[in-house]
Amino acid sequence: MDIIYTIWLRSMKRYIRSKSRIIGSISMPLFFLLFLGFGLNSVVQIPGMGGDYITFLIPGMVAMSVLFTSVFSGIQIIWDKQFGFLKETLVAPVSRLEIMLGQTVGGATTAFIQGMIILILSIFLGLKSGNVLGFLIAFGFMALIGLAFTAFGIAIASKMEDMTGFQLIMNFVVFPIFGLSGALFPISSLPPFIVPITLLDPLTYGVEGIRYGLTGVSQINPLICLVVLGGFTVATTFIGAYLFRTIKS
Amino acid sequence: MTFAIQINHLTRKFNDLVAVNDISFEINEGEIFGLLGPNGAGKTTTLAMLSTMLKPTSGSATVNGMDIKNNEDGVRKSIGIVFQDQSLDEELTAWENMDFHGRLYRLQSDVRRQRIEELLELVELKDRKDDIVKTFSGGMRRRLEIARGLLHHPAVLFLDEPTLGLDPQTRNHLWQYIAKLSKEHGITIILTTHYMEEADRLCNRVAIIDHGKIIALDTPANLKDGIGGDVVNIRSPDPSAVVSVLEVPWISRIEKQYDGQVTISLQNAEQHVSTIVMLLNSNQIAIESISIHKPTLEDVFLSFTGKTIREEEADGKANMRMYQKMMRR
Repeated sequence: MDIIYTIWLRSMKRYIRSKSRIIGSISMPLFFLLFLGFGLNSVVQIPGMGGDYITFLIPGMVAMSVLFTSVFSGIQIIWDKQFGFLKETLVAPVSRLEIMLGQTVGGATTAFIQGMIILILSIFLGLKSGNVLGFLIAFGFMALIGLAFTAFGIAIASKMEDMTGFQLIMNFVVFPIFGLSGALFPISSLPPFIVPITLLDPLTYGVEGIRYGLTGVSQINPLICLVVLGGFTVATTFIGAYLFRTIKS
Repeated sequence: MTFAIQINHLTRKFNDLVAVNDISFEINEGEIFGLLGPNGAGKTTTLAMLSTMLKPTSGSATVNGMDIKNNEDGVRKSIGIVFQDQSLDEELTAWENMDFHGRLYRLQSDVRRQRIEELLELVELKDRKDDIVKTFSGGMRRRLEIARGLLHHPAVLFLDEPTLGLDPQTRNHLWQYIAKLSKEHGITIILTTHYMEEADRLCNRVAIIDHGKIIALDTPANLKDGIGGDVVNIRSPDPSAVVSVLEVPWISRIEKQYDGQVTISLQNAEQHVSTIVMLLNSNQIAIESISIHKPTLEDVFLSFTGKTIREEEADGKANMRMYQKMMRR
């Protein structure tokens, strides 16, 4: 436990010091919220969801912010590999599992904080807060997305040599995961042949879960969301831990 | 005398390349032991095996009495390492880097704080302890890494090319520092280097390693004595003639080098140099240059391999690249 805490602590210190990264990764979901949200608010009516488009969009942007930060945090162990710091950790008398879990919890925490920032900003943009329980539900889903995708990032990073593949991963893996998740539009409005694909996207359940918490309405039963996303988190953690063990020191 | 490290027929292969080839030796407790050799000779691979970062293909070794194959954690707790490449977190302060290490090695917080304080004092970084490592010079980073390697009081400290890329002044400073550590703390230090002078100045004993094999192992003084006195280098347009003329009893060794130089080993070279010049002159052999020096480890290396360490490095680099490629798989 103390080892996991040690590695988590390092992530936190690095996070707090990287002002440009914090601002950088808030800006994208924030611009989406401002431009898409206000731009389409008067044009788009979400069928069956009652509220306006910006209310629909907020949970998606919170999820997006958590997703991108967590994948990035996971992949960051490549930097540690390149700058040699990973060696220092790997040669210590601690297990690889502890190191990996520490990295995962650290990455998930930064991702969670980033999501929180968007969530708090959203209150000023018209999020009509539900109740405390709703917020807690949203927090739970944010944490799960954070854990799952940091582990996912670590799994990818364990197989990558340097950051050259990073853009590729972002464009062909992370962006589709975001795009197909129903963060920007309701999955029911998609052509029928795409719906099954969105249902295969684990983030869909995260977005829907957060949406249920923040707006009280969702297209997928929140319990199903919890089970699917929870299962995905366990799976990526196992895969991440397994692949992290194969890293050559 | 107990051994800090015992190595038995240790071998490591990367596909066809034998990086470390059946090496066996012991390192005494409290000594500074040097692994000297060109880049790519197998020094870092040997350290990687001794620090359990890499599994040997065959053979065995113990560190601080613990087996590197069966007791990885025991070995890891007994050793401190300063890697060849920097391994600090540049975003953290000196103190935080130390603290991270102390926590990884499960030191209690009061012990941790006290030792960090002491060690930063020792490496003269105390007044920079709250500065981000990014702002540190190469020498400061090296000193911090050494301090970090000592934090958990290891029985054995590995230093992989500790002064690589440092300026001469910092290097000197670091040498004094390593010698002091060994003397005052009785810690066993194994360092790899391709600087002859470093091995000579610092080490109680030196193993010369080339192409994965130990080709000589002794104290620097014995190694240098072994080549038979002072060294005279003669450059001439006709090296073969030089060799044939100088086949005289008071010259203990004479060798034609690949580059046309002739290297002679003899006792009291200063007294004999005029005789050498006279002999060559009377045989009408031109001399382009002649030099005398006390033997160095470089001469020892040359006498064992027929090449200087720099030429070996040209070969070694090809090996290194192959090795690095294999490590990536």
